[in-house]
Amino acid sequence: MTIPQISVFLENKAGQLADITGILSENQVNMRAINIAETADYGVLRLIVDDASRASSILLEQGFILTMTPVVGVAVSDAPGGLSKVLSVISRAGIDVEYMYSVFGQKNGQACMIFRVADTEGLSVVLQENGIGTITGEDLGLH
Amino acid sequence: MERYFQKEIETADREQILAWQNERLVRQVRHVWDNVPYYRAKMETKGVTPEDIRSVEDLHKLPFLTKDDLREAYPYGLLAKPLKDCVRIQSTSGTTGRRVVAFYTQHDLDLWEDCCARAIMAAGGTNEDVCHICYGYGLFTGGPGLNGGSHKVGCLTLPMSSGNTDRQLQFMVDLEATILCCTPSYAAFLAESIQERGLRDKIKLKAGIFGAEAWSEEMRQDIQNKLGIKAYDIYGLTETSGPGVAFECSEQTGMHINEDHFIAEIIDPDTGEVLPEGSKGELVFTSITKEAFPLLRYRTRDICVLTRGKCSCGRTHVKMSKPMGRSDDMLIVKGVNVFPSQIETVLLEQGYPANYQIIVDRVNNSDTLEVMVEMTPENFSDNLGKITEMEKGLVSALKAMLGIYAKVRLVAPKSITRSEGKAVRVIDKRKI
Repeated sequence: MTIPQISVFLENKAGQLADITGILSENQVNMRAINIAETADYGVLRLIVDDASRASSILLEQGFILTMTPVVGVAVSDAPGGLSKVLSVISRAGIDVEYMYSVFGQKNGQACMIFRVADTEGLSVVLQENGIGTITGEDLGLH
Repeated sequence: MERYFQKEIETADREQILAWQNERLVRQVRHVWDNVPYYRAKMETKGVTPEDIRSVEDLHKLPFLTKDDLREAYPYGLLAKPLKDCVRIQSTSGTTGRRVVAFYTQHDLDLWEDCCARAIMAAGGTNEDVCHICYGYGLFTGGPGLNGGSHKVGCLTLPMSSGNTDRQLQFMVDLEATILCCTPSYAAFLAESIQERGLRDKIKLKAGIFGAEAWSEEMRQDIQNKLGIKAYDIYGLTETSGPGVAFECSEQTGMHINEDHFIAEIIDPDTGEVLPEGSKGELVFTSITKEAFPLLRYRTRDICVLTRGKCSCGRTHVKMSKPMGRSDDMLIVKGVNVFPSQIETVLLEQGYPANYQIIVDRVNNSDTLEVMVEMTPENFSDNLGKITEMEKGLVSALKAMLGIYAKVRLVAPKSITRSEGKAVRVIDKRKI
């Protein structure tokens, strides 16, 4: 079960991020998670939104460069050691995590982390085998 | 007291210079006609034969040569001597695509070194001097040219080549260098390093000979003040031998062209018409003494003015102003020739759009080159590491093509300025 993530190219100049959030807000797109990776000159904005296909076509129309990537939502116990447990399971399975970040808020003592890996199916199997729950788009209220 | 390397030649009267030029031009045209089929064909197309060239007055009848000709004829098409008579090759800094290779006989090297020796003595050099040369050695003409000239003058020659500032300064101090030869931007950089390290009282420099890139009068003052020296300009290009085609004297108001070896003309870059003396236009050189690589009417693309007024140094050879610009799109960055088309080639090869902008600036007296490239959907990734890796790949491909580092700046699509729908390819912020 994967979740669609939108990644947008950000030039490192004032107002770029405000432009994007402004466009999404005008179009009633709700953001569920946001993450930025950057160098001195540019960055990549990663977004989980309620309607990824609508949001991406709006951003493309506005001339932004973006890509859609399937990522995995993992239920992490919102207690000390919660993330550590998940990471050691993934690491033992030899799965390489390209990057990860968290989703706003928590539910029933469970936080949600977004994992970007090359082998999403492999990750889902490993998580299941180890009794770690995955979080679906539906769980996050995505259309 | 003004010093000369070849006083009779350097101070010869106008008639004498013209007599040399007439005789040598006629001989050179015959030499080229007999030995360079490429140029002979150009002459035939224009309907000119060696018999039509009887003096400098007839020079305008000859066809021009351009960098495109050099590229087309690469590598041996303009060679006028058998390879067994050639002893040296030098090449322009531009690499793939725009490479120019020049050949020299021993006699050619000898005359080239004479020209450099004239420049060194005009800057006050004698056999008592220690000449510190940090132009690059190798295919670039800067190091080898000044090195030969320094030997001819009898200076103790330090063949430092470029780079390694610590070692440069140590030798400069320990061996009491008196004349510095390098690019003006490197001179400015050394001047700053000397100030920072408090070495000003330990250096014995009295003069500098700086060329291979454009520099302003302000930069001259800055270098002169910081180093306590007189800074002289020198001009040349690989196509005509290298540095020493023209050089400054004590008056520092332009560079005397060695007219016993080169005939200079100023033309209208659009029509090719020869312009009257004192006009601003494109500088054209005819080598009248070179054996192996004798270029006739070579268009330098440098825009300047020639003046023939009396010079207080006693030299009689015509003076050229500092180049004021180019009649093509070539940029000179850190002494290296850069064509926007080279950058475009690399971008296309690396899968980037040919929509780019080149920004040249001078920061702390050193040139900087930045290439703005628009991001494309194909090159974009959610993984930042992949983007930086591609960026690094582009930087090394540019370095391989240009020979110098260019910073790459990835920008959002359509963010490169266009004026009237046409992209502005080059922004040169340097105040020269």
